[in-house]
This record gives sequence, C-alpha cells and structure tokens, in this order.
Amino acid sequence: MERRELIKRIALLTGGAFVGAELFMSGGCNSAADTVGAAFTPEHIAFLDEVAETILPATGSPGAKAAKVGQFMTVMVNDCYEEKDQKVFKEGMTKLDEACNKVQGVGFMKATPEQRTTFLTALDKEAKEYAGKKKPEEPAHYFTMMKQLTLMGFFTSKEGATQALRYVAVPGRYDGCVDYKKGDKAWAS
Amino acid sequence: MPGDSLNVNNKATAQNTYDAIVVGSGISGGWAAKELTEKGLKVLMIERGRMFEHIKDYKTANTDPWDFPHRNRPTVQMKKDHPVLKRDYPLNEETNGLWANEQDAPYVETKRFDWYRGYQLGGRSIMWGRQSYRHSKMDFEANGKEGIAIDWPIRYDEIAPWYSYVERFAGIQGSKEGLEQLPDGEFLPAIELNCVEKDIAAKLKSHYKGNRHMVMGRSANITEARPEQNRSSCQYRNRCWRGCPFGAYFSTQSTTLPAAVKTGNLTLVTDKIVTKLIYDKDSKKARGVEVIDAITNKTYEYFSKVVFLNASAFNSTWVLMNTATDIWPEGLGSTSGELGHNVMDHHFRLGAGGRVEGFDDKYYYGRRPSGIYIPRFRNIGNDKRDYLRGFGYQGGASRDGYNRMVAEMNIGGAYKDLLSEPGDWRISITAFGETLPYHDNKISLSKTVKDKWGLPVLDISAEIKENEKKMRKDMVADAVEMLTNAGVKDVKGYEGDYAMGMGIHEMGTARMGRDPKSSVLNGNNQVWDAKNVFVTDGACMTSASCVNPSLTYMALTARAAEFAVNELKKGNL
Repeated sequence: MERRELIKRIALLTGGAFVGAELFMSGGCNSAADTVGAAFTPEHIAFLDEVAETILPATGSPGAKAAKVGQFMTVMVNDCYEEKDQKVFKEGMTKLDEACNKVQGVGFMKATPEQRTTFLTALDKEAKEYAGKKKPEEPAHYFTMMKQLTLMGFFTSKEGATQALRYVAVPGRYDGCVDYKKGDKAWAS
Repeated sequence: MPGDSLNVNNKATAQNTYDAIVVGSGISGGWAAKELTEKGLKVLMIERGRMFEHIKDYKTANTDPWDFPHRNRPTVQMKKDHPVLKRDYPLNEETNGLWANEQDAPYVETKRFDWYRGYQLGGRSIMWGRQSYRHSKMDFEANGKEGIAIDWPIRYDEIAPWYSYVERFAGIQGSKEGLEQLPDGEFLPAIELNCVEKDIAAKLKSHYKGNRHMVMGRSANITEARPEQNRSSCQYRNRCWRGCPFGAYFSTQSTTLPAAVKTGNLTLVTDKIVTKLIYDKDSKKARGVEVIDAITNKTYEYFSKVVFLNASAFNSTWVLMNTATDIWPEGLGSTSGELGHNVMDHHFRLGAGGRVEGFDDKYYYGRRPSGIYIPRFRNIGNDKRDYLRGFGYQGGASRDGYNRMVAEMNIGGAYKDLLSEPGDWRISITAFGETLPYHDNKISLSKTVKDKWGLPVLDISAEIKENEKKMRKDMVADAVEMLTNAGVKDVKGYEGDYAMGMGIHEMGTARMGRDPKSSVLNGNNQVWDAKNVFVTDGACMTSASCVNPSLTYMALTARAAEFAVNELKKGNL
C-alpha cells in the first residue's frame, strides 16, 4: 500500500526529527477528556494559544494563535492521547504557569513576550534533557507534547500551510529539479 | 448459517443464471469482469462490501490537510474499530472507512498476521500502492531450479504478452532499463527522478560498474491522459489512496469497471458474501455460488458456467475451503494437501537513510505518486549469498520539512521562519524481500470463531524463517553501503518490526502447479478438481518474487479469462 508515508515516518525516526513522534506512532488515542478530570475550558485554550504563539509567533506570516493552535491541541489531547499522556499534558499547563511564576515572578499569561520567550527557551532545554534521560516507558515531558502539537498544528493549518509554507492543492505537474534560493518557502503537502 | 435458505425454483434459477460469475471486484476481479464481458459473456460480479462509486464516493479526495480534524492521525474510535489496522500506517483519517470492519469480520492469529482487507466495490484497488513490476524469467524458474516448493507451471515467455496487454490498458509509467531481473514493459513516460536521486543513481552506476540501478518506481499512474477511458493525467497531488477524481491511477472504478459496464454484459451486486461454490460431483464442476446478503442475512444462489474467484488471496481460498465439504472435509482443492498452505508476503520495514549535501540550491515542484526503485542485485549472475532469492528497494529523496530538528534554535520568530523553509536533502530507502513458500505457513478455518454472519473465520499462522532472516541482514547492510558509496552523509541503517502481512501482499494458499497432487490450480488457474473454477488473485502464486505482485495478478487473470472463453466455446467447460 502507501509506502511513502511509511518512508516519511522512517525518515523521521532515523533523522530523530519529530520530538514525541512515538506518541502517535504507537500511542493510543484514548477516550475523552472527562476521564482525566475537567474538560478544557476557553481559558485553557487561550493559555495554550499563548504558549503556541511564543513557540511560533507572527512574523511575516501569521502565528500559531491566528491558526487556532490552542484549540487544535485540545482536540488532539482529548481524542488522540492515552490517558496517562492526557494527565501529563493537563498537569503540564499548571506546572508551566507555576514555573514561569517562579522564574519570572509572573504567571505566563501576564508575562511579557520577552519573559515568555526566555522562560520557554529554558523550558525547552529542560524538556530535551529529560527526553534524553527518560526511560522509554515514561511519558514525554509536557512541553515536548505542547511543542510537537504546536508545530504540527500550525504547519498543517490553513494559515501555516498557505502563508508560512506554500500550498498547491493541484500541482498539475512534477518537476524534479527546480532552482531554490534561500528564503523561498517550503511546500506544504 | 443464519438466514433462511432460498428455495430456488426454475424461474428464479433462470433469472439468477449467467455465463460467468466473478467473485470479488478488486484488482483481479475487475480484470476478470472486463475480459469476460468484452468477450461476450454475461457476467455477474459479486462484491461482499458496499457500493462505492467512482468520484462520487471519494469523500476525502479534495479535503485540504487542515480540514482533517486530527490532521490525518487516527482517533480513539478508529483504533477501537481497527485493532489490527492500527498496527501500521493504513489507519488514518484520509482512508478511514475503506478498510474492513474488524468487529464484523474478525480472524484468528495463531501466529501474528496483519491482514489488511478492503471490503467495498473495488476492494484494495482504491488504496493500493500502485507499484507495478513484472516477475522475471528467474522468478518463474527459481523454485524448480532450487528445489523449493514446486515449480511454476508457466514461464516468463508465456505471460510476457499478457503483461504487455494489461500494462497498455491499465497505464503504467516507468522507464525501460533492459534489466533481466526487472523486465521492461509497455510504459507511459516515466515520472522524473529529482536532482538528488539522479545524482545518486549516477554515482551508484559508476561505483558498482553498472550493476546497481536506481530507477523511477514503475506505477499504475497515467502520465498521458486517456480521454477514451475518461481518465486525466496524474495531477501530482499524491493523494491516490483517497480515490482519484481524475481517474489517474488504476483502480477497478477508474479503469476496468467502466470497460465492463460499457459492454452491456455486466451485472453487479454488492453486499453479498459468497459462502461457497455449488459443486456438482457428477460433472465435477461448480454450478454457481451460494451467497449470504450482508445486510439481510438472506441466502441466495447464482448459477453460471464458469466461476472466477477473485475474492483476495485468503478469501478465495476460504470459499474453496467451504465448498464440497461433503466430499472433501477440507474443501474443494484440498486433495493436493496444499489448500491453505504456502502463505507468502514481502518482508520489509528495514533499510537506510541519510543526508545529502551539495543541492541546497535545488528543490522540486509537485507531489509524485511514486518514488525510486532499486531492482534486485543479490543472487544474480556470479553473486551468491548464504540465502536464496533477493530484494529490491523503494524510497526517495526529498528536503526536510518543518518537523526537523534544528540545532540551537528552540522557539521564536527566527525558528519559525527557518522551519518555513525547506531543510536538508535526505534520502531514505526501504527493502522489500522475497518470502519463500513454506508449507507450514498456512490458513485454516477456525473451529470456534465465527463472524457477524455466523461464518467460520480464518485462522492464520505464518512467520518468516531462516532464509528471510539471513536476507534481512543484507537488506540493511547493502542499503548502508550503497548510500555511503554514493556520497550520502550520516547514513544510518534501520530495522523496524516486521510481521507477516504488513506488506499487504498476501499470496499463496491455492498455488498453481503441474501436478494435482501438489497444487490446487493448474497452469491456466483452473482448480484441478473443478475445471470451470478459476482462481487468479494472489492465492494462485507459486512463489513471491521480491517485486510488488498486483501486475502479475492482472496478467494471469487476463490470460485465464481468454483460456476460459476458448474452452467454453470448445464445449470443454
């Protein structure tokens, strides 16, 4: 059947590229949010939008918030995360806010863009170190989850695919060798 | 069996009588229907799954990535519904609903076997990978020469014209290479290799002195429009498996079914599961088939002079196993002792990948529906390994996307803008190896488990053995060596888990042969014990080769259909 998807995935594995890909490769999509406490609220979505926007802010193209990545994250966590990962993700929102408060002296929502960037840069480093040390059966770091969902959610969104990347629904032809100059956007698929 | 048996009177018999019945509407069933109707036979094609109309029923054909709520990842409910399918990539939002319902139609795994079934009109011709290669001379001769299983009853030269015949109609793009291990065919213009692939192909050729080849993977995608078939050229969306609104790849719906319908000789029924052949022991022929309606559970009988079993490898054998059990407890074709045996697949999920330097100023446009192919090179000519047969590679080169690792940059605007540009070029190749036919790799009817319709389900028990395990070492090592020799950087080999069935190339269980004592079918795909029953799907395969098998089913089907019609005319059936 369709091998290209498989090959793509293997490329991801061998390239070690997509942090947390194993969540989707072997992990389950477990049932609804109410199995691990309260459902996501509009406040949660607003919070996740800000986290996503800090990871992928508006530049020459729209940012993650404009692409509604916060909402996307909640859909994926609800529908596609195993229960234990749902728990890590949800507790992670609180942990993230508390850690921001501790380091920056202000909660994440009230922090300035600079404070947010400084804080999440450090948190990203922490998550990567954790990923390097953790046992396979241990869950991923909550920030790894958030970052992965942000990347996937943004670059596959309409805003991300058509404005940050280039999207052609019906290419009509294949050209295996075209000139590329630095700055040209990548193709969305 | 549940449901009431229909008491067929003479009038009903006349209404339910055809020249030929084709069981199944996938790749081989579609071909059988086309060939038989075009030769003037009144044909009934029976599909166990639902009606699935060309274009109209391709629900996701034009869905943009962002309109998939989970961006093509499987959801909870999908995984619950598909405990087997979830083991690998086919479970996704794009093709959701095109795979068999595993609750309705379970099966038993005495040894793990990933069985991916498509139960709708067109079967897996909708979702297939479209790679289309001829078996070679050496593929048809290997069993006989090496004393493995039994010899094929046919040779390459006998089937070569039929390969040409089906290639011309199906539409296969590819390049002529003049290789004995990968015979050329009647090709439409090949899709291009990209610049990195061209470079690596040239380096392989030079390093291995013309003995290693990297070519465009031959596939059933048309690169020249066919208005007479109402098919447009490939639009390079690479969304084939959702169903193609341009009819640009071969499927029953796009290609063989319209041809069969056009003759006015085809009757199609869906949602009817053929449960057995009606066998007449005096004439030693099938008189027709018994079916159960998948929705109402009612049973019916249909009658014909000829039956083509194209229900997919294991299900065609399942029908035989349920037939004439009053005469042969193990079913029609079991006198050989081989019915249900010699399950094969292609073993894979291993290879290598790496980074390519020097092409940062190059990119590509469009999304190809195929990749590269490296034909078999092991155990050819003077090359002798500690295992039999060989393997080929599929893969391709592309530039990294947004999901790549970016050193030092973690978050923020510069990070985002960098990810919005293509990254390094990478090439990845995956090996597909031949699996030998082993008698103890088998399917049988479960004595305890029944499906939704009360029918006994299949119990599958198959595994790869020493020959394949030895081959797998080369499959990784050769990939690493070739990419390294072609100048690829950071080359890493990989070996993923493989269980039989994952290739979705299940073959065997009713093999062709020269002797009724050791084969189920003869050289014309006729069941030895019922000459008017033909099996021309994957079940008939005597060996597997290492190339994708569907083109061979097409050729064998067209060949058998002509034979059947000639025999009918001669009064031999």
